[in-house]
Amino acid sequence: MAYLRAFGSWLPSRHVTNQEIAAQVDATPEWILEMSGIEERRYAADDETVASIGLKAAQACLQNAGIAASGLGMILVASGSTDRFCPGPAGQVAAGLGLNSTPALDIPVASAGSLIGLAMAAQFAPTLGRILVVGAEIMSRRIERSPEGKNTAILFGDGAGAALVDADTGFAHIADSCLFTDGAAAEVIFVKDGAFHMDGQAVILQASRKLPRAINELLTRNQLAAADIEAFLLHQANLNLILRVATTLKVPRERFFTNINRYGNTSSASLLIAADEWHRQLTEPITRPIIFSAFGAGLNWGALLALPV
Amino acid sequence: MANQNVANQDRIVKVLQQISGKQIAPGVDESLFVSGLLDSFALTDFVAGLEEEFGVTIPDCDLSARKFDTVNKVEAYLAAKA
Repeated sequence: MAYLRAFGSWLPSRHVTNQEIAAQVDATPEWILEMSGIEERRYAADDETVASIGLKAAQACLQNAGIAASGLGMILVASGSTDRFCPGPAGQVAAGLGLNSTPALDIPVASAGSLIGLAMAAQFAPTLGRILVVGAEIMSRRIERSPEGKNTAILFGDGAGAALVDADTGFAHIADSCLFTDGAAAEVIFVKDGAFHMDGQAVILQASRKLPRAINELLTRNQLAAADIEAFLLHQANLNLILRVATTLKVPRERFFTNINRYGNTSSASLLIAADEWHRQLTEPITRPIIFSAFGAGLNWGALLALPV
Repeated sequence: MANQNVANQDRIVKVLQQISGKQIAPGVDESLFVSGLLDSFALTDFVAGLEEEFGVTIPDCDLSARKFDTVNKVEAYLAAKA
């Protein structure tokens, strides 16, 4: 068995408003808000790294769970924006937690990496025990803040989130997941020579079909309907896309937790930052299923179902 | 054949009217994106409407603004699938 036990997150202190971005990309703050639902995002300080902010989210998660790092059986770190891809930040996060032999693996998949991490953790947990999944991104160093880079510069922010998947206990049982990859469309989102490239129109087209399809597949094979779901936690890519998924699934938008207005699109970190904020605002234990879903580089996409215990 | 093309173009415009909720009448070579009749989200609705109207399945790999930019291009795409 595998359970969701705790979440944690960490956001840089620097707030970057639409006004600041608009001046750099030849747009207006109102246009940015209309296109994305984003009001501001956070940017990391010069001395922060993907590993250092991932470590802070990891520590917050462990504190929320009330366990020591020595109790972890594995660490998975998702990031598409790390300075060094090999070795990636997972080993540094583990070292920062004081671990020198616990397996720590990287998932270099922008935007969808945390979902993949959760799905993998659910598979590993029965044999390895407690798995810490971290998503950490410093996207501000991968985008071009100029009129040429407008379509990505307006979206992205920095941050980190974490989740603890436990073999024995938690507030929700990870019941099922589905992951998909379509490498033929890899050119839609990629990082090359340190720069992030995204065909935003193609991403919207692909994601607005693939996300509802993945969620529906998961619901169908678990004899559930979208109306049965207590909360949908999606990668915070674009508010318009999230609302689109809600419309397609015929679910009230209130069931879709969103915080993209405050943090922008933090790529693979966004799913776990959203999960942490959603979980912290709960006043009572969940009584109905929850769905996680994400779409990102690869293309990779999928969904994960967790049931109340 | 020409009559069939015109009939299909009318059906394509009908789908556009349904998703936009307006009695629009774009020229057959008018860019649906440049004119603002379609954007990325509306294209998804447009494709779903075409699938229903013409009884075809449009795969995700064909989802590009380039293929659905004008009524003529859509008509040619659907003819190739027929």
